[in-house]
Amino acid sequence: MSLRIVVCVKYVPDATGDRHFAEDLTVDRDDVDGLLSELDEYAVEQALQIKEAADGDAEITVLTVGPEDANDALRKALSMGADKGVHVEDDDLHGTDALGTSLVLAKAVEKTGYDLVVCGMASTDGTMGVLPALLAERLGVPQVTQLSEVSVDGGPDGTVKGRRDGDTATEHLEASLPAVVSVTDQSGEARYPSFKGIMAAKKKPVESLELDDLDIEADEVGLAGAWTKVEEAAERPARTAGTIVKDEGEGGKQLAEFLAGQKFI
Amino acid sequence: MAEVLVYVDHVDGAVRKPTLELLTLARRIGEPVAVHLGPGADTAAATLAEHGAVKVLTADAPEFADYLVAPKVDALQAAYEAVSPAAVLLPSSTEGKEIGARLAVRIGSGIITDAVDLEAGDEGPVATQSVFAASYTTKSRITKGTPVITVKPNSAAPEAAPAAGTVEQLAVTVADASKGTKVVSRTPRESTGRPDLTEAAIVVSGGRGVNGAENFPVIEALADSLGAAVGASRAAVDAGWYPHTNQVGQTGKSVSPQLYIAAGISGAIQHRAGMQTSKTIVAINKDAEAPIFDLVDYGVVGDLFEVVPALTDEVKTRKG
Ligand SMILES: Cc1cc2nc3c(=O)[nH]c(=O)nc-3n(C[C@H](O)[C@H](O)[C@H](O)COP(=O)(O)OP(=O)(O)OC[C@H]3O[C@@H](n4cnc5c(N)ncnc54)[C@H](O)[C@@H]3O)c2cc1C
Ligand SMILES: Nc1ncnc2c1ncn2[C@@H]1O[C@H](COP(=O)(O)O)[C@@H](O)[C@H]1O
Repeated sequence: MSLRIVVCVKYVPDATGDRHFAEDLTVDRDDVDGLLSELDEYAVEQALQIKEAADGDAEITVLTVGPEDANDALRKALSMGADKGVHVEDDDLHGTDALGTSLVLAKAVEKTGYDLVVCGMASTDGTMGVLPALLAERLGVPQVTQLSEVSVDGGPDGTVKGRRDGDTATEHLEASLPAVVSVTDQSGEARYPSFKGIMAAKKKPVESLELDDLDIEADEVGLAGAWTKVEEAAERPARTAGTIVKDEGEGGKQLAEFLAGQKFI
Repeated sequence: MAEVLVYVDHVDGAVRKPTLELLTLARRIGEPVAVHLGPGADTAAATLAEHGAVKVLTADAPEFADYLVAPKVDALQAAYEAVSPAAVLLPSSTEGKEIGARLAVRIGSGIITDAVDLEAGDEGPVATQSVFAASYTTKSRITKGTPVITVKPNSAAPEAAPAAGTVEQLAVTVADASKGTKVVSRTPRESTGRPDLTEAAIVVSGGRGVNGAENFPVIEALADSLGAAVGASRAAVDAGWYPHTNQVGQTGKSVSPQLYIAAGISGAIQHRAGMQTSKTIVAINKDAEAPIFDLVDYGVVGDLFEVVPALTDEVKTRKG
């Protein structure tokens, strides 16, 4: 049997654009350009490398939970070389929080069938970095997360190994499949889709799923079902304009003067 | 008063500063009960009591070190069941967030990560977060179950508030299912002798403008004169000039010091995401148009190789 890899990818508002909250205090996804989260490109890349290391004996499914436009994220991942897509889309999903999303992803991953789930280190909008741990908990499989290096040995019954560079130590980890991994932006540059890849992606299958297909009730997800509530969102006041001086030989001294005035020296 | 569980981040019983901040925040919503896993509880207990822990629940088992994250979730869950707390607070480290997330699933609760402040509210604790690269401030709360909240370093000033800090042994059974991810080897990071990046009161960071690993001592010298930690932009890290553990930004460390000095850093949104909440921001950049100048309290347009050494000398002179 070939290795079944599911890569979780998120469609996010472009971080270099102006990001906002909508009136219901959910992330505004209508008025801003969206794209495949850059940090999830690393997950797609590592999945492709694992497949290549298995001499192609693997199938990569890219999975997203998100609005209609999230299809763009799937197409990008397919154009990089993933084999097929799964898009969970349902009006009742609007406003779903991390716990809800993990429920939907877990059910969708199970329905798709998997030996290995690959996630990014964090989404670039929510930046929680907890989804992979939540998924592992829900699926009841090992969590091998925040890896800067990852490899799989021995196919679907094999093991996954990785290196985790933590705050205080570097750890080498190992777990039997099935497992959930997440990879960091230190794992290696993601490839650019080739022209051939972009053309091929157009013909790759994308399955659409609704909550019904996953046996999830509407009140388990969405704003109403959320475990958390944003009560206020205020734009941070712009920092008051500071003093800017041009160095004419005295820049270091002037800076020291400022720091001394602020009691840092 | 309701009890609040505080997950202790420590190295062999040496309690890290963010935990003391958690204890301070916990006292706003209840009585802190510290959960100390691994060795050193007796050493830690004194510090924890000093900062308000009424009790210290402790457990030590080889599984905490031998397997990733899940055994610690088993232990925290045992503490949760023993105490029935009003909230569970953890530090916003990679591991803290993962432990909190898994506990939240198990106890059917919501989770808030990366809080920068916490206050009591009529309907439970209200967490302040800084989102979209710190361009928005939000206030949120948890609507289901027992709030699980992870808090960023430097979110509160640790206050002394002596309490009993009675050490109690916690009975923990690590489930077989929690032994899925083996830690095959662990290499502790060597200490540089400088303050920890996320905890430091002052951070001095260098970017692409530093132009080579061989020039980073210029940044380090300024940092040392101020007793500061050293940071780097991703461009400097990707170029191999400075270790990734020192990266500041979205995919590196998020810092919120009293003073942040950026030298040779343009101020891209992903860098700002990790430093924008710093109290005072200073930049040295030879390009007057660099976006970092939009954030600064004081900026010097100039060559960092002139300005930084001059500043270092001046700091040393003034400090005598
Ligand atoms: C998903 C994602 C995540 C990212 N995460 C991070 C992150 O966590 N942290 C991060 O930093 N970046 C991150 N980045 C990268 C970010 O977009 C920028 O590319 C990066 O921050 C640029 O680093 P820099 O400012 O050092 O380099 P540059 O943008 O090249 O700026 C160098 C600056 O140095 C100045 N300079 C040059 N020589 C001198 C001199 N002699 N004296 C004074 N000034 C000089 C130049 O004028 C220029 O402004 C991320 C990007 C993506 C897509
Ligand atoms: N809506 C989503 N659809 C698919 N994958 C997601 C979604 N949200 C998060 N993920 C995955 O979970 C990782 C961590 O996300 P987060 O915990 O939200 O920071 C991301 O890098 C993705 O791999």
